[in-house]
Amino acid sequence: MAIELKMPALSPTMEEGTLAKWLVKEGDTVKSGDILAEIETDKATMEFESIDEGVIGKILVAEGTEGVKVGTVIAVIGADAGVAHPQPLPQARGEPDAQPFPLPPAGGAGGGPVRPEAAPRPADPEVPAGTNMRQCTVREALRDAMAEEMRRDSRVFVMGEEVAQYQGAYKVTQGLLDEFGPKRVIDTPITEYGFAGIGAGAAMGGLRPIVEFMTFNFAMQAIDHVINSAAKTNYMSGGQMRCPVVFRGPNGAASRVGAQHSQNYGPWYANVPGLIVIAPYDAADAKGLLKAAIRSEDPVVFLENELVYGRSFDLPELDDHVLPIGKARIMREGKDVTIVSYSIGVGLALEAADLLAGEGIQAEVLDLRTLRPLDREAVLTSLAKTNRVVVAEEGWPQCSIASEIIAICMEDGFDNLDAPVLRVCNEDVPLPYAANLEKAAMIDAARIAAAVRKVCYR
Amino acid sequence: MLAYGIDPKVIMAELTGRGAGISRGKGGSMHMFSTEHKFYGGHGIVGAQVPLGAGLAFAHQYTGDGGLCMAYFGDGAANQGQVYEAFNMAALWNLPIIFVVENNGYAMGTAVQRGSAETHFHRRGTAFRIPGISVNGMDVLEVRSAAEVAVAHVRSGKGPVLMELITYRYRGHSMSDPAKYRSREEVQEMRDKHDPIDAAKAELLKRGMAEDRLKELEKQIRSKVNEAADFAENSPEPEMSELYTDVLVESY
Ligand SMILES: Cc1ncc(C[n+]2csc(CCOP(=O)(O)OP(=O)(O)O)c2C)c(N)n1
Ligand SMILES: [Mg+2]
Repeated sequence: MAIELKMPALSPTMEEGTLAKWLVKEGDTVKSGDILAEIETDKATMEFESIDEGVIGKILVAEGTEGVKVGTVIAVIGADAGVAHPQPLPQARGEPDAQPFPLPPAGGAGGGPVRPEAAPRPADPEVPAGTNMRQCTVREALRDAMAEEMRRDSRVFVMGEEVAQYQGAYKVTQGLLDEFGPKRVIDTPITEYGFAGIGAGAAMGGLRPIVEFMTFNFAMQAIDHVINSAAKTNYMSGGQMRCPVVFRGPNGAASRVGAQHSQNYGPWYANVPGLIVIAPYDAADAKGLLKAAIRSEDPVVFLENELVYGRSFDLPELDDHVLPIGKARIMREGKDVTIVSYSIGVGLALEAADLLAGEGIQAEVLDLRTLRPLDREAVLTSLAKTNRVVVAEEGWPQCSIASEIIAICMEDGFDNLDAPVLRVCNEDVPLPYAANLEKAAMIDAARIAAAVRKVCYR
Repeated sequence: MLAYGIDPKVIMAELTGRGAGISRGKGGSMHMFSTEHKFYGGHGIVGAQVPLGAGLAFAHQYTGDGGLCMAYFGDGAANQGQVYEAFNMAALWNLPIIFVVENNGYAMGTAVQRGSAETHFHRRGTAFRIPGISVNGMDVLEVRSAAEVAVAHVRSGKGPVLMELITYRYRGHSMSDPAKYRSREEVQEMRDKHDPIDAAKAELLKRGMAEDRLKELEKQIRSKVNEAADFAENSPEPEMSELYTDVLVESY
């Protein structure tokens, strides 16, 4: 019986990879556990292990081939009937970046490739006109922001799980250990409550810690220090004791990791006076706002998104690209309706705006960027222009950022409203694991577009 | 889960997100449970299972049903503060629980000595007067006899026991872990010289089991695994209506 070896999915977001090297040749006998090939993904070079036994019959994809789609048959093993099985077996645990079973390459909700946006983006007014741009991933932008601030200020250090030797669970801290050494790039044990407290204490002691949570789901273990220690101390000490710490890491749903690993904490932290909460979408904002966060005298919760890490955007080539905290940004201009969003939702809002443009609806897309302090002015100004608002949020609807935007529109923009403000949020359930249910639970461009049509009475 | 008698088919179906999965496809790889088999998870938050286990033990004590809880966690999880909060209460209240640390040398990419000041995990109950035993987790018979001692201790009403099972993790932490933090030789040495299944096989042969029977057994296991994988692959995804079920128990 011949066994087909298929291009494996080595991460939840992997759709294709490079077959870097074959470590076996046709005619070789392999057994379970033998390394067959090296496969490169956007995150790492992985070894592809045999699960079966037999003789390598045919190699179908030559080494060095790029863009090999997940699921493509790359080689065939001949084996005794009944002994082996063609299905790659799942790892025992899917964590936190793992996909327990290779999936067909589906552009799942929230994930999927970035589509080119049809309309040109208005430039960020904070970036000087004529600035050169280069393409940069969000992952690199975040790393560069930390590296630049660490060069500039010796009080800045990074701590968290797997941030140093492993180069970051999602490779955001890649290279920092090499440049700054173990005194400033510190691996912690898995003890979020403990190291969040140590980070907050170090900030009170005059340092500028960047505390990475592997994901914000694990920061729930530490939320007491974020809120009770970091956010309230300045107030409670009558302004004597500051806590300039940055808590950062991926937030929101990733892909196929289930309910405990898929949650948007934006509304939670945005509820707390004494905190700054930032949730950028693109690379320029990720860099400019992370640098601002590190320089801030206040405690900052900086919410990233795993599914956006690998996306490339224009990044201004400036020596010191720092953006103001608390300012929203118009990502696309339009006159008929405003779609307010943040983080990964902005990509979906832009996608919806493209769809709607084809139907003659000019949607303006406003990226909040900072969730606390919230840029009420920007929301109200855009509302005054378009008279219609839809809020798109990858998170639950109740007590959400969307609820807050609706309240702002009611309180201060009522006279400008031509239709009720609608929100498009995830379904009000813990995030399910099955691919079809997960997709159904998450916001997407089609749902945003449908809400826009509704407020435009179309 | 297999040791608790759970059908591999519904486990595989859960891993692949199918309606036939043990959590109806809604839990996933990290969130599997079977109250029928007294298997209480399956928790995605490292360390959280330990106090939950102490709570299950509390329920056994409270109802006087004679049961005890086995709470499993990793060497990495052993550094979470809540583990020690659970130790203290378990010892204080004499709860019927066996804390089992599976020390496989790594927590993701962090080798034990890079994450733990005390790497002998069986000693970590000392401050709470919980007796600890260090066990070769690669030796099936040693694990069994150590567990018998621990169970007898707990059943006699003397309170919790801490077992450290020294073992190893062959693969990367996840499918996207290139495992660059250890050498291939280290892994190979473990596979070649310390594999628990090979050792059990050798022991069985030594005790007179026929080689053919072992081969037959292996074949059976293979086909069971294949059957489970086929079952999962051919099972449909959950019904769309499942999205909204099981959020709350009651209707309001
Ligand atoms: C609170 C929390 N922090 C971090 C993680 C991410 N994570 C999952 S498993 C793991 C390593 C666990 O190591 P260990 O306890 O030794 O268990 P092993 O996987 O080796 O059995 C990490 C860091 C998590 N799931 N929960
Ligand atoms: Mg471990």
